[in-house]
Amino acid sequence: MERQRTLARFRRSDKIFRNLTFVAAILVLSLLGAVAVSLVTGAWPAMKEFGFDFLTTESWNPVTEKFGALAPIYGTLVTSFIAMLIAVPIGLGIAIFLTESCPMPLRRPIGAAIELLAGIPSIIFGIWGLFVLAPLLQTTVQPALIALFGNIPVLSGLFAGPPYGIGVLTASLILAVMVLPFVTAVSRDVFETVPTSLKEAAYGIGCTRWEVVRNVVIPHTRVGLIGGVMLGLGRALGETMAVTFVIGNAHRISMSLLAPGTTISATIANEFTEADGDLYTSSLILLGLLLFLITMTILAGARFLLWRIDQGMKS
Amino acid sequence: MDSLAFDRNRFRKRRRSSALAMGLCLVATLIGLGCLAAVLLTLVAKGFSGLSLEIFTKMTPPPGSDGGLLNAIAGSVVMTVLGVVIGTPIAILAGTYMAEYGRHSRLTLVIRFINDILLSAPSIVIGLFVYTIMVAPMHHFSALAGAVSLAIIVIPVVVRTTEDMLRLVPDQLREAAASVGIPRAIMIRKIAYKAAWSGIITGVLLAIARISGETAPLLFTALNNQFWSTNVNAPMASLPVVIFQFALSPYSDWQKFAWTGALLITMTVLALSIFARALGARGATR
Repeated sequence: MERQRTLARFRRSDKIFRNLTFVAAILVLSLLGAVAVSLVTGAWPAMKEFGFDFLTTESWNPVTEKFGALAPIYGTLVTSFIAMLIAVPIGLGIAIFLTESCPMPLRRPIGAAIELLAGIPSIIFGIWGLFVLAPLLQTTVQPALIALFGNIPVLSGLFAGPPYGIGVLTASLILAVMVLPFVTAVSRDVFETVPTSLKEAAYGIGCTRWEVVRNVVIPHTRVGLIGGVMLGLGRALGETMAVTFVIGNAHRISMSLLAPGTTISATIANEFTEADGDLYTSSLILLGLLLFLITMTILAGARFLLWRIDQGMKS
Repeated sequence: MDSLAFDRNRFRKRRRSSALAMGLCLVATLIGLGCLAAVLLTLVAKGFSGLSLEIFTKMTPPPGSDGGLLNAIAGSVVMTVLGVVIGTPIAILAGTYMAEYGRHSRLTLVIRFINDILLSAPSIVIGLFVYTIMVAPMHHFSALAGAVSLAIIVIPVVVRTTEDMLRLVPDQLREAAASVGIPRAIMIRKIAYKAAWSGIITGVLLAIARISGETAPLLFTALNNQFWSTNVNAPMASLPVVIFQFALSPYSDWQKFAWTGALLITMTVLALSIFARALGARGATR
């Protein structure tokens, strides 16, 4: 009797706990879908009003309620592209140093220091970028760039105009610092998957360190590296606060990297609470939806590539 | 002999290019470490002088007068705690399902994929999401909405670590429990959780470190509040949002407060992540 009751209680509590975990799992699963649905709902008025013109219009005018996303999309892509151009070689360099030539006792502390860089909140990079990096660039680097490229046909356009300090270039540099630890961490992890015997074989036939890295390590980890770069790119595209501080928030497309611009996330962060009128708010949510779609595609691609590496390691 | 001389030249060249490439890698590492040092040193240089008892005892001031950051610090603590309280149980349960009940199911694969995407989803989009589901229907900004958006950032981090840590628990423990007739739910709570505990706590600490500096999702959920408030149904100040407002203002005394706040946040975040790593490392060696 006692035994039966206890067993029944066990079975009941077992079932309750199991269902509880299942519900939580489904909740996590539906979160992404819920985000998508709510953004589409919020963005619907703007989608109806502007249609596909939203993607190709540069003007962003709250007074006449004409909104187009071309300038923020352009700014987002350009800043992220330049950031990756800077962060990928440096991140790979750090990862190669950490896995191949760094003295053993220093590997952990240096690796941890780079990871700490990833832990520093976005807003800290923003305030640092605005008060330290921007004035520094304005007085030293930007005048030098203007002087250097001012007379070369195509490049002079990239570095035209006065050195404001804040602008697309500064935002890109801050972004580069912020994605650097992500690129480093993933590259280091995939470099460590290279079997030691492969590397030793290469050293055995007389390869130099760099030849081992270039001809063995990198080809062996190519897919994982691409995944890591895409992961970093996903971060860069969605990064908000740091960019908001230093990009200058100008809704126009300018060839010059020294000119102020804007990105999708910076536009939302700057204007959302001040947006009056449903169409204005809805347009900002539509911008958010675009950002969501762009980053989701890239992150899903990155995860898929990294997941394939994992599968490959298991088999 | 000719060919040998040629080879020696070639060997020197290869060694030189190798040294050059590895030297560049060292330079890259120095650049990375230099960035970290530059940010930290600036924070200490600009923020340390503003640290005083008043920072922790007075409210955020209007420009030009004395004050502190008490309401912002309190708001950050309240919303962080609420965010963790809402997010962690859901995340631990979901991670438990993935590692225990649904270990071999397709559903778990899908959830893991979605969760990994959530892990690096832009936080501003999460702010927009919470705005449309909470702030817009309720017609006002609230600390609760801020806490919910922080919870959504906590969830993927903790789901990930919970699943990973539970999977590290040896199956022999589970089988031993089953063989003496312990029900599965009790086995999970008394044995699997106990074995995975330090790892799961590490995950929660890392999640706290991540949300304590988050600004973007709070901008249009919790908004800001110049005064002391403990009402979770009303706008509430938070350290990151106050830093954002003060740093972009033209007043030099507000900017000084922003630097001090930035120093406080960074120290908290770094202390949390170092502590979490130390805990995680201890758990791993045991």
